Amino acid sequence: MVEKTPILDFFTYVFLLMGIFIVGFPILYSLIAATLPLDQVSQVPMPLIPGDQFMVNMKEAWSRGNLGTQILNSVIMASGITVGKIAVSMIGAFSIVYFDYRFRVVAFASVFCTLMLPVEVRILPTYEMAANVLYPIQALCNVLHLEGLLSWFAGNDITINLNWSLLDSHTGLVLPLVASATCTFLFRQFFLTVPEELCEAAKMDGASPMIFFRKILFPLSKTNIAALVVIEFVYGYNQYLWPLLITTNPKMTTAVIGLLNLIPQADDLPEWNIALCATLLVMLPPVLVVLFMQRWFVKGLIEKEK
Amino acid sequence: MIKRSFFKSKYLPYLLILPQMVVTLTFFYWPAIQGLSQSFLLSDPFGRQSKFVWFYNYIGLFTDPLYLKSIFTTFFFSLAVAAVSLSLGLFIASMANRALQAKALIRTMLIWPYAVAPAISGILWLFLLHPSYGIVALGIKEWLGVDWNPVLYGSDAMVMIVMASAWKQISYNFVFFMAGMQAIPKSLIEAAAIDGASPFKRFWFISFPLLSPTFFFLTVMNIIYSFFETFGIIHTITQGGPGGSTNILVYKVYQDGFVGLNLGSSAAQSVVLMSLIIVITFLQFRFVEKKVQYGG
Repeated sequence: MVEKTPILDFFTYVFLLMGIFIVGFPILYSLIAATLPLDQVSQVPMPLIPGDQFMVNMKEAWSRGNLGTQILNSVIMASGITVGKIAVSMIGAFSIVYFDYRFRVVAFASVFCTLMLPVEVRILPTYEMAANVLYPIQALCNVLHLEGLLSWFAGNDITINLNWSLLDSHTGLVLPLVASATCTFLFRQFFLTVPEELCEAAKMDGASPMIFFRKILFPLSKTNIAALVVIEFVYGYNQYLWPLLITTNPKMTTAVIGLLNLIPQADDLPEWNIALCATLLVMLPPVLVVLFMQRWFVKGLIEKEK
Repeated sequence: MIKRSFFKSKYLPYLLILPQMVVTLTFFYWPAIQGLSQSFLLSDPFGRQSKFVWFYNYIGLFTDPLYLKSIFTTFFFSLAVAAVSLSLGLFIASMANRALQAKALIRTMLIWPYAVAPAISGILWLFLLHPSYGIVALGIKEWLGVDWNPVLYGSDAMVMIVMASAWKQISYNFVFFMAGMQAIPKSLIEAAAIDGASPFKRFWFISFPLLSPTFFFLTVMNIIYSFFETFGIIHTITQGGPGGSTNILVYKVYQDGFVGLNLGSSAAQSVVLMSLIIVITFLQFRFVEKKVQYGG
């Protein structure tokens, strides 16, 4: 600090504590509610001294919400999206930056155009797409009358019926969210800052492109990858609309969606203690990831949005 | 755009870009084209028959008072969320930037809500603002004397979703404001202090103007957030109600398309949203980046 301002410093900390309190209050309050038995949680106002029912409520929430399966689904989805996104966009960026070919500009432009098109704006057609991924090929076959052609060729009737549904599957949860322009851009920006000499030297030593990628580019990108892992894991775990559409089987539902069944509605017993236990359990994995990988998280957040 | 030294290979670059292209084409371009063509069709709920109707769906949309109301609701909602979360984020960040002790701890305590899913933020606030059990609701009733009931009153429901959405976004804004403030050269602040500017003056005349690019960027990001990602919050708390008072555009697309099975109208709404986000992106790239430049 430039000068001594004891009064202002005092208020700084007071306001900071207030800020931390505002930010933390919903969780703190839910934690207390999660330790109370039903009759206390439905008191108005709810007692602010934690009760002793925490483990009981947790067990009940775990079994009632089928949280084991659902959290597993969420983690599978989040990891799939993270690994898929990073892998796809990293080799894509490698191709765009380190090779010169005619299709490159087209590829780059077509990825660029998808930059800010979230799933939310194209839900219905994407859903139809996921219901049958091979539909465009089928449509192409129909337009070209391939059936007739093949029938003529083979001498008997052939019907082409391509169907591959992604509904209610882990693939369906992950695949449509794997395409990401932002990650490709991040890697492209980073690859452009890698000194030319490294590539020259590798070529001089007779390294093939893939060896250069594996031995030089990949180790150099480690911090970027770590940062993206945090961001994308949180992004994948917290997805809502897409899993809501694509899963109907309770065994395939993700944890965040499954919570909806535990919220007490108007006519139910007000079992908020159970609902909040489940909520706290479900939000734990991404919060832990952010807290333990804080440095990477802040880096990733800021780099990604540049 | 390209390195001076690059590799030569006939098939490898195509192979490397292939996964990205396949996923982009199947899950971005094909759906986008489908949506666009569907928005000009009128089809029965089972999707068996459809008829080309030109701009019928769009005209229907923009003459529908419910849709116009939804547009208004969305803009009001996103501006409110941006205003609340930006001001709180900026305030907390400027305080945290002054703090000398326990910096890491303070940062940790402030950034974790970023990891909370919007839907979960919705559940937490649903409990806090529950008309019969919520403690914040109780406070509102006791101190402000308001007959708080978000299940009945549209304005209360709006306040509820704004709170739930803004709370989650504070930490996001905090991270960016912190980064922005740390990038301000210390010499500027010190020079102003030597000239006798008080901490408040230094904030208003030095830090705040220098933060304007961050500020504009965050405004755009917050608006995009409240346009799209808040779907989970709406779906868990209000389901667009009461009486459509929290029915934002994204939620309406979902409701009309998946619940109401009005495919043509839903597709038209998707196209409107797509064009909206393209405009916002364009503005961000062109206008904001250029106008809010400053020297050094």
